[in-house]
Amino acid sequence: MSPLDLLVAAPLAFMVAALVAGQGGRWLILAAGPVMLALSAWLVVLPPGVAHLVGDWDLPLGILLRADGVARLLVPATSACFVAVALYAWHEFSPKAGAETARAHTFWPMLYLMWGGSNAGYLTTDLFNLYVTIEMVSLAAVAMAAMGSLAAGLQYFLIALVGSLAYLLGVALLASHYDTVDATLLAVRARPDLPTLMAITVMTAGLLVKTALFPLHGWLPPAHAAAPAPASALLSAVVIKLGFVILLRLWFEAFAEIIRPAAMDLLGGMGALAILYGSVQAIRQERLKLLVAYSTVAQLGYLFLAFPLIANAQNPAEPWAAVLVHAVSHMLAKAAMFLAAGLMLKAVAGDRISDLAGLARAMPLSVTAFALAAISLAGLPPSGGFTAKFLLLHAAIEQGRVVPAAVLVIGGLLGAVYLFRPLSVAFSGSAAPAVRAEAPLRVAAPLALASLAIALGFAGMTLIELSSVAAPPAVAGPVQAEPGR
Amino acid sequence: MTATFELILCVMILGTACVALFVRDFLTAIAFFVVFGNLLGLAWLAMGAVNVALAEIAIGAGVTGVLLVLTRSRLLALGEEIACGPARPWLRLGAAAACSAFTTLLAAAVLSIAPGDDLAPVVDGLMPRIGLDNPVTGVLMAFRAYDTLLESFVLLGALVAVWSLAPPAAWPQPPVALRMADPAALNVAGSFGRLLLPVALVMAAYLVWVGSDRPGGAFQGGTVLAGGFLLAAMGGAIGLPRSDDPRLRWALVAGPLVFLAIGLAGAATGRFLAYPDGTAKALIVTIEYVLAFSIGVTLALLVAGPPARAGTGP
Repeated sequence: MSPLDLLVAAPLAFMVAALVAGQGGRWLILAAGPVMLALSAWLVVLPPGVAHLVGDWDLPLGILLRADGVARLLVPATSACFVAVALYAWHEFSPKAGAETARAHTFWPMLYLMWGGSNAGYLTTDLFNLYVTIEMVSLAAVAMAAMGSLAAGLQYFLIALVGSLAYLLGVALLASHYDTVDATLLAVRARPDLPTLMAITVMTAGLLVKTALFPLHGWLPPAHAAAPAPASALLSAVVIKLGFVILLRLWFEAFAEIIRPAAMDLLGGMGALAILYGSVQAIRQERLKLLVAYSTVAQLGYLFLAFPLIANAQNPAEPWAAVLVHAVSHMLAKAAMFLAAGLMLKAVAGDRISDLAGLARAMPLSVTAFALAAISLAGLPPSGGFTAKFLLLHAAIEQGRVVPAAVLVIGGLLGAVYLFRPLSVAFSGSAAPAVRAEAPLRVAAPLALASLAIALGFAGMTLIELSSVAAPPAVAGPVQAEPGR
Repeated sequence: MTATFELILCVMILGTACVALFVRDFLTAIAFFVVFGNLLGLAWLAMGAVNVALAEIAIGAGVTGVLLVLTRSRLLALGEEIACGPARPWLRLGAAAACSAFTTLLAAAVLSIAPGDDLAPVVDGLMPRIGLDNPVTGVLMAFRAYDTLLESFVLLGALVAVWSLAPPAAWPQPPVALRMADPAALNVAGSFGRLLLPVALVMAAYLVWVGSDRPGGAFQGGTVLAGGFLLAAMGGAIGLPRSDDPRLRWALVAGPLVFLAIGLAGAATGRFLAYPDGTAKALIVTIEYVLAFSIGVTLALLVAGPPARAGTGP
C-alpha cells in the first residue's frame, strides 16, 4: 500500500459509498476527512524520490506516480480545502434543506470525484492520465457551477470541453510522435520540430482556457460568482489549480529544453495583464462574489508571472517555491473567502457590497475570516501570500526585471484596495443588523482555512524545502537523478 | 479495402458532413449526422481500428443521434423555434480561414511524423503475461488499467452531474419517459424492443467475452446493452427507475466498485492494479462483465436525462 494510490482510491471509494448511501451521503465526510488528512500527512513525510509504476507496467507504456514537491504541497492543501468546504456544506446539501434534495444526493459524489481527480492529477507524470484527471475535475466542476446558474454552467461546460479537446489533440500528436506520453521520458526524447511545437501550443492553449488566464478568463466570474458558496470555493480554490499544475509539468519538465524564453515571456506578460485587469475589475464590482471571482482572475496572474522568473533565475528553486506557495496559499485563502462571503451574504440576504454595513459587529468571526483571507491574498505579512510575493519580487529584482517587479508592487496595492472595500463597509455603520446565528461548523470552516493561509507565513523554510523535493531538472539544476526508474 | 472504395468513402463523409451543416431543416441535419457517424465508423474500419469503429457507430452515430432527436422534440414541446439566424459573411469567412489554416498546420504536423509504431512491439511483448490476445483489451484493462478505472468513474460522475440538473420538485422521480407518443409507433417499437432486448443481452455478453481475444470489450458490450434498454424503454416494454432506488444505485456503482476493489486487492498483495500471476485473465473478464452491465445502465440513463415531473416531457 502506498499513499500515492490510496489518495486517489479512497475518494473514489467514498464516491461509491455516497451514491449508495443516498440521502445520508453527507455523513461520509466524518470518515473521509480524517482518512484523507492522514494520507496527505503520510505523503508529506515520505522519503524523497518515492515513485512507482501502476500495476508494475514499465514505461513507456505504464503510468508513473511520484511524490514530488508539487504533490507534497498541493495534496495536503487540497485535502484541507475539501474537508473545510464539506463541513461547511454539511447543512446546505442535506435532505432537510427543503427543496434541495437532488443536491443532497449529487453534491457529495461530485465532491469526492473532484477530490480523487485533483489528487490523481498532482501525483501522475503521464500526460494522458492527466487528461483523464482533468476530465474528472471538470465534470464535477461543471455540475457544481450549474447548481448556481444553468447558463453559466453551460458556458463553462463548453469552454471546458474545448480546452479538454485541445489538450487531447496535443497528447495524441505526442503519443504518435514519441510513442510515450510520460513527462519524464518526453523530457529526454522531445525535439523542437513541428509536431512537438504544435502539440505544446494546442495543449497550452487548452489548459490556459481551463485555467482562465487573461484574456481567456471570460467564463470564470459568472460561473464562480453564481454557484452556491461551497461550490464557488472549490471552483476558485481547487479546480483551476489542476490546469496550472499540468502547465508546470509541460513547461518545466517535459519540454523544458524546447520552450524558448520568448514563450516564457509571453506567458509572463499575460500573467502581468491578468493581475492588472483582474484587480481593476475587482475594484469596479458592486457585488461581493463577483469581486472575489475577479480577485481569482488577478491572483492567477501571479502564477504565470512567475514562469519567466523561474526560467531565467540563477537559483530557480526560489521562484519555483514561490509559485507553489502562492498556489497553496491562494487555495486556502480563496476557499476561506468564498465561504465567509457566503455566510455574510446569507446573513444580510443581499449580494451587494453595500449590503454588508455593520456586519463586523453582527458576525465578527466570519468578517475576521474574510479579513485574514484578504491579508494573505493582498500579500501582507505575515501570510503565505506574502512569502510567495516576497520571493517573486526578490527573484525579479535579482534578475533586474523592472516590469514584473513593478506589476508585483502595483498588484499588491490594487489587491489591498479591492479587498479593503468590503471590509471597510462591514466595519462601518453604527447599527449592527439582526443576524441569525449560524451553525458553529459553518463559522469555523472559513476561519480555519484563513488561519492556515496566515500560518503558512511562518513556515517559509519548510515550504521551500518541500517544494524542491524531486523538482524537475530545469528547476533543480542539471545535477539530478532521473526520477522514477 | 481498395483505394477507390476509400476515395468514395472520403467523398461521402465530406458530403454528408456538408449537408448536415448547411441544411436548414433540423431533422434532416440530424439524419445526415447519423449517416455521417456511420460512414466515419466505416472509415475507422478501413484503417483497421475495429474498436474505434464500434465506439464511433454506437456513440457517435447512435446515442448522439437519439440525443439530438430528443433535444428537438423537447424544444418543440417548449415551443422554441429551432433555427439559427444567418451568420455575418465576414464571420463565416473568418471562421473558414482560421479553420483552414489550423487544419493545414495540423496536417503538416501529422504528415511529418514518421510512420511506424514502436509501441506495438512493446505491447505484443507484454501480452503473454496477461494471457489475452486482444492488445486493445490488454492496454485498457492491464497496462493502462488506471486510466480505464478513472474513466469508469467519469462516466458514473456524468450521470450524477445530469441528475443534479433535476428541478427541485421532480427529484427523485424517474426521467421523462422515452415512451413514444404515437400509439402505432409505440406498438411497433414495443414489439421490436421486446424482441431486441434479449438479443442485445446476448450480444453484449458475447462482445465482452470475445473482447479478450478479438475486438470487443466492456465498453462495446455496455453500449449494445444500453441500446437494448433504450429501445425497450421507447416501446414501453420496460419502465425507467427512480433515481433514489437502491437497486439502481448498486447497478450503477457495481462496475467501478469491482474494478476499484480488485485494484486495491492488488495493492494489498503487491502493487495497485497489478494482477497476480495466472489470475489476470479471470480478473479482467470479471471486471469487464460487471463494468459492461454498469456502463449499459449508466449510458441508457444518461440518454434518458435528469429526473422530471410526469407530464413535462415530450
